Amino acid sequence: MSGFFDLPSDLQHSWLGLIGLHLREALLPVLAGLLVSLPIAQLCVRFRWLYAPVLGLTTVLYAIPSLAFFVVLIDYTGQTELTVMIPLAVYSLVVLVPAIVDGVRSVPQETLAAATAMGFGPVRRYVQVQLPIAVPAIIAGLRVATVSSISLVSVGMLIGNQGALGNLLNDANIYHRPELAVNSVVTTAALAILADAALVLVRRLLTPWMPHGTRRRAPAEAADAAEAGPEPAVPALEDTVR
Amino acid sequence: MAESGQLLPDPKGVRRLIRIDTVTKRYPDGTVAVDRLSLEIPDRSITVLVGPSGCGKTTTLRMINRMVEPSEGSILLDGVDIREQPVNSLRRSMGYVIQNAGLFQHRTIVDNIATVPRLLGWSRSKSRARAMELMERVGLDSALAKRYPYQLSGGQQQRVGVARALAADPPVLLMDEPFSAVDPVVRKGLQDELLRIQDELGKTIVFVTHDIDEAIKLGTTVAVLRTGGRLAQYAPPAELLTAPADAFVEDFLGTDRGIRRLSFFGTEGLELKRAPIVTVDTTAEEVAARTDVDDDVPYLLVTDRDGRPLGWSEPAALAAGPVDVARLLPHGRPFRHGGESLRAALDCAVLSPTGWAVAVDGTGRAVGVVSQQAIGEAIRTAHAERTTGAAGDDGSTGGGALGDADAATGAEVAG
Repeated sequence: MSGFFDLPSDLQHSWLGLIGLHLREALLPVLAGLLVSLPIAQLCVRFRWLYAPVLGLTTVLYAIPSLAFFVVLIDYTGQTELTVMIPLAVYSLVVLVPAIVDGVRSVPQETLAAATAMGFGPVRRYVQVQLPIAVPAIIAGLRVATVSSISLVSVGMLIGNQGALGNLLNDANIYHRPELAVNSVVTTAALAILADAALVLVRRLLTPWMPHGTRRRAPAEAADAAEAGPEPAVPALEDTVR
Repeated sequence: MAESGQLLPDPKGVRRLIRIDTVTKRYPDGTVAVDRLSLEIPDRSITVLVGPSGCGKTTTLRMINRMVEPSEGSILLDGVDIREQPVNSLRRSMGYVIQNAGLFQHRTIVDNIATVPRLLGWSRSKSRARAMELMERVGLDSALAKRYPYQLSGGQQQRVGVARALAADPPVLLMDEPFSAVDPVVRKGLQDELLRIQDELGKTIVFVTHDIDEAIKLGTTVAVLRTGGRLAQYAPPAELLTAPADAFVEDFLGTDRGIRRLSFFGTEGLELKRAPIVTVDTTAEEVAARTDVDDDVPYLLVTDRDGRPLGWSEPAALAAGPVDVARLLPHGRPFRHGGESLRAALDCAVLSPTGWAVAVDGTGRAVGVVSQQAIGEAIRTAHAERTTGAAGDDGSTGGGALGDADAATGAEVAG
């Protein structure tokens, strides 16, 4: 009988190799999503009327099952990691855009007026004042997006073993080795929790200016998300069936 | 403080740092926030814009640094239209203090203060050195430099706000209700501090408030605006209290403007009585010898050996034996003779259980006592002088308002 960490050769990866692959497939889309969200969110802050339609659009995109995305994308990008990562990046927008918009909007009016009055141009004001103050809210959004992305990668299994740790689920079925399924679920959950903890650490390092102990006082969204932080992992894991 | 010689009326053509010339602000929906407003802002003094909400005072202030653009009219800075220079360099040449301070919560105190110097391209070390210097000037402990705004009290944050506005040493300071969100005790401290700093630096300050008491205390000149953005009156505070232009201004000044006006009358002319003052070790015989000097004083003021007031006593009680300090009547808060206003003196007399106010010198030694009647006479005399003499050209306006700082709060506590 093979051991818990002895993986079938059709996966072409060791356990650690799968972890690396999994992280890459999960985190790159979140990073791409963040880069796309920043300008979109800035437009939504600038032109308030834009926010409702943008929010509606990201929600509709989020409602499209990943399989449907794969069917369309596979014609263009084939059975590759990219086909898995594009839908994940699109999904992350539904969390990241509102997180950034709310974060930027939570900057007090007096602070903005003071910045303008001291001679900050719009770009400088956005980069040096609004974004730094929005960091807690943005990271709260990143935590949800990252955890959900880590669990959603598994579905890539359906398009030619591109699901990293998710591929173990298929192998468990083929080779009648249930411990591979356990390995997949436990490792994915552990990755999600560790990634979440890493983001909390990043937040602490980036925001020495937040009141200690009463962290929930500053941007309310950040605090709410912080409390709900570890939980999304569970429903997101259930989501892998999508 | 500035001399009253710099005040209105001004001949046209005098070059002013700031001149607001028939400015109107009309919003797209038709509301008029400011209506054909013209103001000559005297250099190196505090000009207060005051009025009820919706009178356009903040709009006017924000037009000076172009955070709001006027619909009509123009604003001249040192003779040049403010639209002729890039907006951000204009703003960097004017300090701006806002309600609640509006500090950058993600930057340390020293970095907050160094903001404008950094924008102007000063080196980091020079900016920080300048920031540390300003912290001292506004009365902040240098230990706070590395703290973040959330670690400071509201009053401290507002001091940081003032320091930040002064950092690049701008000639102009715009202050938008800077002290209205702090409690009255802290506000009084900040106001006194502003007057002290202004004494040292002599900036041209435009100060917006809805609080008429603050306007009268701080302003060298006060512009009262009415709803709809029209100027109701533009005058030094003493003149405002003496001769309100119309019913609106009179109403806005409140019912006790007569009392408040006393802030601008000095106490130098008060006739003090020295005879009722006795030291604590005076013997009964000496007391007996002294009371007949001034029969109309029903009480004696007992002082310690250094001349500091201890309390009032009936002459009979003193004649009976050695002074029991614990049984003296309290003398209340004394006023500084010459340093404080008639308002302070009257307040002391009203609060004194004997009806007599105690005058002290700068070191706290009693220099005399004065009755409510004598203060009343002094008030009548002062009024008579004001109405016969030219209202504008007495020198006491600025100094009188300053000295009254304590009296105003004293009256509030009493009420």
